[in-house]
Amino acid sequence: MGAHAHTAQAGHHDHHHHEESFISKWVFSHDHKMIGKQFLVTAIVMAWVAVIMSLIFRLQLAWPNEGFAFTNFFLGDKWAPEGVLDPNMYLALVTIHGTIMVFFVLTGGLSGTFANLLIPLQVGARDMASGFINMLSYWFFFLSSVIMLASLFVEGGPASAGWTIYPPLSALPKAMPGSGAGMTLWLVSMTLFIASSLMGGLNYVATILNLRTKGMRMTRLPLTVWALLLTAVLGILSFPVLLSAALLLLLDRTLGTSFYLSDIHLAGEALEQTGGSPILFQHLFWFLGHPEVYIVLLPALGITSEIISTNARKPIFGYRAMIGSILAIGFLSFIVWGHHMFVTGMNPFLGSVFVATTLLIAIPSAVKVFNYITTLWRGNIIFTPAMLFSIGLVATFIAGGLTGIILADSALDIAVHDTYFVVAHFHIVMGMSAIFGMFAGIYHWFPKMYGRMMNTKLGYAHFWITFVCAFGVFFPMHFIGLAGAPRRYYSYTEFPMFDGVVDLNVLVTVFAIIGALAQVVFTYNFFYSIYRGPKAVQNPWKSNTLEWTTPVEHVHGNWPGPIPVVYRWPYDYSKPGKAEDWVSQVTPLEPDEEEH
Amino acid sequence: MTKLLILIVVVLGILAVAQLARVYELTSRLRGKREEDISDADNRMNATLMWLFPVAYFGFFLWLVLRYKDKMLPVAASTQGEDTDALLNFNWWILITVFVFTNILLFYFAGKYVFSKHRRAHWYPHNNKLELLWTVVPASVLFVIIIYGLTTWQEITAPASPDAVQVELYAKQFDWTARYPGADGMLGATDYRLINGENPLGIVTAKAIATRLSEIDQELAETRKQLEGVLPDGKAAELEDRIGYLERMTMRIINLRTVMEQDIKAKGEASAYMHGADDVVTKDFYLPVRKEANILIRSRDIIHSAYIPHLRIQMNAVPGMTTMMKVVPTITTDSMRTHVMKDEKFDFILLCNKICGASHYNMQMPLIVTPPADFDAWVAEANKKPFEPKEEQAVPAAPVADSTATASKDSTAIAALPATGK
Repeated sequence: MGAHAHTAQAGHHDHHHHEESFISKWVFSHDHKMIGKQFLVTAIVMAWVAVIMSLIFRLQLAWPNEGFAFTNFFLGDKWAPEGVLDPNMYLALVTIHGTIMVFFVLTGGLSGTFANLLIPLQVGARDMASGFINMLSYWFFFLSSVIMLASLFVEGGPASAGWTIYPPLSALPKAMPGSGAGMTLWLVSMTLFIASSLMGGLNYVATILNLRTKGMRMTRLPLTVWALLLTAVLGILSFPVLLSAALLLLLDRTLGTSFYLSDIHLAGEALEQTGGSPILFQHLFWFLGHPEVYIVLLPALGITSEIISTNARKPIFGYRAMIGSILAIGFLSFIVWGHHMFVTGMNPFLGSVFVATTLLIAIPSAVKVFNYITTLWRGNIIFTPAMLFSIGLVATFIAGGLTGIILADSALDIAVHDTYFVVAHFHIVMGMSAIFGMFAGIYHWFPKMYGRMMNTKLGYAHFWITFVCAFGVFFPMHFIGLAGAPRRYYSYTEFPMFDGVVDLNVLVTVFAIIGALAQVVFTYNFFYSIYRGPKAVQNPWKSNTLEWTTPVEHVHGNWPGPIPVVYRWPYDYSKPGKAEDWVSQVTPLEPDEEEH
Repeated sequence: MTKLLILIVVVLGILAVAQLARVYELTSRLRGKREEDISDADNRMNATLMWLFPVAYFGFFLWLVLRYKDKMLPVAASTQGEDTDALLNFNWWILITVFVFTNILLFYFAGKYVFSKHRRAHWYPHNNKLELLWTVVPASVLFVIIIYGLTTWQEITAPASPDAVQVELYAKQFDWTARYPGADGMLGATDYRLINGENPLGIVTAKAIATRLSEIDQELAETRKQLEGVLPDGKAAELEDRIGYLERMTMRIINLRTVMEQDIKAKGEASAYMHGADDVVTKDFYLPVRKEANILIRSRDIIHSAYIPHLRIQMNAVPGMTTMMKVVPTITTDSMRTHVMKDEKFDFILLCNKICGASHYNMQMPLIVTPPADFDAWVAEANKKPFEPKEEQAVPAAPVADSTATASKDSTAIAALPATGK
């Protein structure tokens, strides 16, 4: 298994045509395309775990304290005696659901898949800057996934302190059963995850900056690559802070340090730790946590920019403004973390600074939305499943972005902080938008990944059911939240004040079940098409970007001949004076042709 | 048996979908159609759905508003709440306008400009004026939102006036305790090391220190005695650790006593250590109407959050620090019952809004807002009777009673779980 360093530029690539063993091709592959697929399949498996968890707690919320065979089937008699979900397990499920969705599906799955697949192909490189580190990045991710899944089976259950694992709850095993071995495994898993993310991120940045082919100026990069670049930079700058937060928490848990602990009297006994501050953890956590939102969202926005332009057969409107807004969002995302902490007792003046910076993010976001809409205006729109999901993303980005303006306003946040209003907001703007971007990417680049086509009709069914259910699930939650109902409550039966809105929980759960069934359609379509889908042609969507100039059958090194040279930006769709409504980036400019 | 049935249904469902897809694939192959070629019929169908969707979307929104508008929180019952509700309504008008406007544009364009072989998309890569427009307009609107928001924020977070009613809310897994100053009008100092059955808030008094020291002394003596006997493996080390812990605790409490004495000597009556003895510790939470209250919030164990939705106030309870929020209630509990809610059982509720463990979903305490005269009478009455600590284990009803129990002195929370049953 020789390490191939495919950093070579055009012209000398002839040293890598020897036969590969099963292991070096399918398992410890250095090929970015294979690594991308490995990330994707792992993420699909993890996503199903998280979806089933959400169904279990949605059943409890809709029909509190009733027994379900479904619940008992997955959790057994220990955590669901007679099918009634245990309150501790409820908290464990919401915690691991959030952890898996945010980190393993929408960070590892989304960035991992599309950064790996698209960066070398779209910048015109034979592979990542370091194929070996790229391989390690996947296997750290894999190990981290396995440990996270293993934590579901320890005594006391997995981590249960919420995906934000605020200490002291997460620091003290005596505070709740999930803060025992489950929490330790959570921290170990996340440590490996962060290592994976850093190895991936450094590779992405190095590849984009150094391995662009001749003519691929930064201002000729597809917006996917721009978005993935900023995503990687955000990850590199913010994940180490989470690592430090996790390590300090590990020390508090094991060595009796008091970084986050002070003046605690628990289980009938005064703890010796004094002088620490639980708020310190929140600052460290959200210093990652907020950029993390954009780590999740930016790749989806990049994918959407590409797909909307291709399928509207029209250049993306305001290419430079789109790059500018990605940069602005990336920068601002680092100075807004305090808006998660308005009610922690943080100095109100500091709070007001975070209000201002947070609301500023609405400006580049608005620019992006209007640019998408203008791209559709007078386009020639082909409704592929990928295009549908991209339009769906714009809709969820609008709905979720607007409620963000309420939550960013500290005076208003007090009234709805930690209620279902927040749950509605972030599931729509981050969860749905990012997963729609991911689906769009999968449908669009499936022919590039597997050389076959996914079934379009099933794609339509998948989109429309998912789209309707997304709003059916999360839209009513705004109303539950405005009635004052807190999140992470096992049931609302103890509070007569919520009696008026709890029937919405039934509606939400019904939509959630239908929505989950739609994902069965997707999963079937995905795996069936890998083996039996109709064979793809080289450039099925008549797209301009470089990945569609590679052969359908994958070759290690991407292009069998020399690496193509780039002459134009990627969005020459329906350019006046051209016979076709697309012009590949490798087509030279005509003598009197303006670039754009 | 049900499991088997469910499994069969799922498998059959997947097979049915699979067969449908297969039939579709075979027919399109017969017609010589490629998967990536989207037929005009398909494009038209999706375009139509793009136009139908917003109708359903806005319809759903309207239905939710009409059906649930009376089930949201009623009129704010505090001056702060009135301010934030006004701000919220102002924001809603802007946001709903933008919401409707952008969604209409998005779905209208998506449906209208559906693919046609006879047409070409309009070449329109950029327009600086338009882009400037939708940078400047949102920026100006946001400027107004920010200024209005921060003005309100400043008002509601400004320090309470010195003559505000002082109340302390004390959180622990999974209940709340309130504390009011006695006749001296000041809350006494606290220290978590003094917490015991009679002193659940750890109020510092010479008596509390003496009691706690003698308790520790007693345990020390017992532990030392145990150590003299024949012990199983590891037990001796465990007892020695315990002795070390108790000795260190003794030293820290003695140190606290010194600090207290010095503070009293230096400040006299102004020392917080002088005011603990007459504090009222109670499981009832009263506030006078139309008077400012300064609510101090502390936690014994982990982070909780004091949230009173009807007053629109919320603040975390963080171990190791005191947080605060001020509020001026404007409607009494009685008026809420008779006029606003028309429900004799209505209560303002203080609930925990930060995940804190199994019984998080039931960590609540009613708040009674009364006319000031009634409030004063209540405080005077409460002053007379000593605090009766409720049973530590008294956790509100939960479906699995044992698993929600607060950890007791001799067993950890994990051991209290039926399932792990150590």
